[in-house]
Amino acid sequence: MTNREHMSGHDDRQALWLTLGIGVLAGVVGYSVFQATGRNHVAHRPEDDAPARSTRRGGPARAVTGRTVTIAKPRAELYAFWRDAANLPRFMSSVGSATTTGDVTQWQLKGPAGMPLTLETRIIEHRDGELLVWRSTPDSQIEAAGRVTFRDAPAGRGTEVEAQIAYVPPLGEAGRLVAKLFQSDPSIQGRRELKRFKMLMETGEIATSRNQKS
Amino acid sequence: MRALTWHGKHDVRVDTHPDPEIINPRDAIIEVTSTAICGSDLHLYDGVIPGLLSGDILGHEFMGRVVEVGPKSTLKKGQRVVVPFTISCGQCFFCQKQQFSACDNSNPAEKQDMTETLYGHAVGGLFGYSHLTGGYPGGQAEYVRVPYSDVGPIIIPDGLDDDQVLFLSDILPTGWMGAANCDIEPGDTVAVWGCGPVGLFAIQSALLMGAGKVIAIDEYPNRLALARRLGAEVIDFKRTHVLEALMEMSGGLGPDAVIDAVGMESHGFAPDTVMDNIKQTIGMGADSAHALREAILAVRKGGRVSIPGVYGGFLDKFPLGAMMEKGLQIRTGQTHVQKYHEELLRRIGEGEIDTTFLISHRLPLEDAARGYKNFRYNQNEWTKVILKPGTEVTA
Ligand SMILES: NC(=O)c1ccc[n+]([C@@H]2O[C@H](COP(=O)([O-])OP(=O)(O)OC[C@H]3O[C@@H](n4cnc5c(N)ncnc54)[C@H](O)[C@@H]3O)[C@@H](O)[C@H]2O)c1
Ligand SMILES: [Zn+2]
Ligand SMILES: [Zn+2]
Repeated sequence: MTNREHMSGHDDRQALWLTLGIGVLAGVVGYSVFQATGRNHVAHRPEDDAPARSTRRGGPARAVTGRTVTIAKPRAELYAFWRDAANLPRFMSSVGSATTTGDVTQWQLKGPAGMPLTLETRIIEHRDGELLVWRSTPDSQIEAAGRVTFRDAPAGRGTEVEAQIAYVPPLGEAGRLVAKLFQSDPSIQGRRELKRFKMLMETGEIATSRNQKS
Repeated sequence: MRALTWHGKHDVRVDTHPDPEIINPRDAIIEVTSTAICGSDLHLYDGVIPGLLSGDILGHEFMGRVVEVGPKSTLKKGQRVVVPFTISCGQCFFCQKQQFSACDNSNPAEKQDMTETLYGHAVGGLFGYSHLTGGYPGGQAEYVRVPYSDVGPIIIPDGLDDDQVLFLSDILPTGWMGAANCDIEPGDTVAVWGCGPVGLFAIQSALLMGAGKVIAIDEYPNRLALARRLGAEVIDFKRTHVLEALMEMSGGLGPDAVIDAVGMESHGFAPDTVMDNIKQTIGMGADSAHALREAILAVRKGGRVSIPGVYGGFLDKFPLGAMMEKGLQIRTGQTHVQKYHEELLRRIGEGEIDTTFLISHRLPLEDAARGYKNFRYNQNEWTKVILKPGTEVTA
């Protein structure tokens, strides 16, 4: 199935997914934030160049989360590692296992309070060394979409890896609160997992202050 | 194993813990032969650094013998090493820039949230220094698990004994970097607040870097005497008005550079200290910074301010106006220990730097709590304490 067919499908996730398109999202959530002082008042704020997820809070809560890290390794090496789903549980602590058949990957996730969840995803777009986009299949227990981009960092600093996830919390808004309480909220998890990815790629291991194996 | 354990404010004890194991491929296990109590440990002892948990093992200045290595360690069993208190991977952007204490990888991911919120960025890992810096078990213990052992520890050649090299772990490079951050020009006058171990090494370093005059400030006669022995002129702040004296002693110009080697528990009688202490006591996260404020007022226009002293929270009444209007430059940070290792080891070997003059007490590890108490409350006599695991307590 081509990307185009997929993007024009009619389901609820479509709207959510579209918001991940960087330019589009800026338009959707470009609500005005008024200055508290009232002086030098700006009624309409033109879009700036920041990613839309860093918009000041106050608008509708968004289940879109993302993060960028710079990793001192070449793009191709990072991409190849991430492309192999079997590698992902090594740095994604919320993923128990990931098995791939063709374009489809089955994820066993550790949800809030250890609650097991499965996620089934399909790669819907990829460009070697640059981009990976996936979304959940209709059979998946969780609805989510993700996008990982790999860009050369300036001044020979390696690669900027940006990961974005859009998701529908399993039990709606309440589920998100519970997840946050148990620190398995995707924005917290995602941030930590990206850091672990960086550790693993740069140092060959994942930092821990534990003193005992178990 | 036995290890000095934090149980709460002013409550440290030597307890029994499980021996550390190799967890990551680059780890090594060190059997500690010497470890010291640092002024930074006093901030933990006094409960003014957040993020410690009861049961945490303290200590970040230590050395010993390699007893076990992971498959990716380059150390060999039996080697004698000094371990930097800063845990650094050697491969991230910061380590490559030699800003080792800013290492991006050494603080475990799940511990980074706290400082990311508090400081805007997650800080690097440190041994025995609260969960903000990783919650790594510390070096006032019989054994320590040392991550990234292929890049951190410095191998000590035979012929140098523990006392001579132990401080390579922390206070010697800290004093050195404190002076280096002053960008000393030949003949400069440098004023140093605090004649604790860090201040004393900063004095020695500033003179080696070409300062014409170093003025040392403290209240304890013994510590001032050590400073004088190194070649500094001294000011007793209980006896003398520091700002006036510094102006007079620097030809009315003010010192070219100033070093705050006191940190967040500065003493003083001024109202600012009283307010700082009240806020610190009731947990408002305010640091006490009398010495730093004084240093900023004292330094000449266009001068340099170096802050090796540790701060953890927020500061009231910071003389920002003086800083801006006088055009000052400020440099600070946890020490990039690994950056200075080789040079300092060489200078010790060549007899250029004296590292033993400040050691006042050597105690068995079992006696560590007594060491803390005295290093805290008898600062005049207790200038530096070394703890020796495996030795007997004598009455
Ligand atoms: N940047 C780093 O990486 C690093 C490393 C080690 C230690 N430190 C910090 O350096 C500081 C000093 O460490 P130390 O081991 O020498 O501690 P210390 O407690 O032995 O010495 C502090 C000295 O400051 C003096 N002092 C207090 N108030 C003063 C004032 N108003 N004016 C002048 N002197 C005053 C005290 O009398 C004492 O002698 C601490 O804050 C410690 O945490 C920083
Ligand atoms: Zn220290
Ligand atoms: Zn690093």
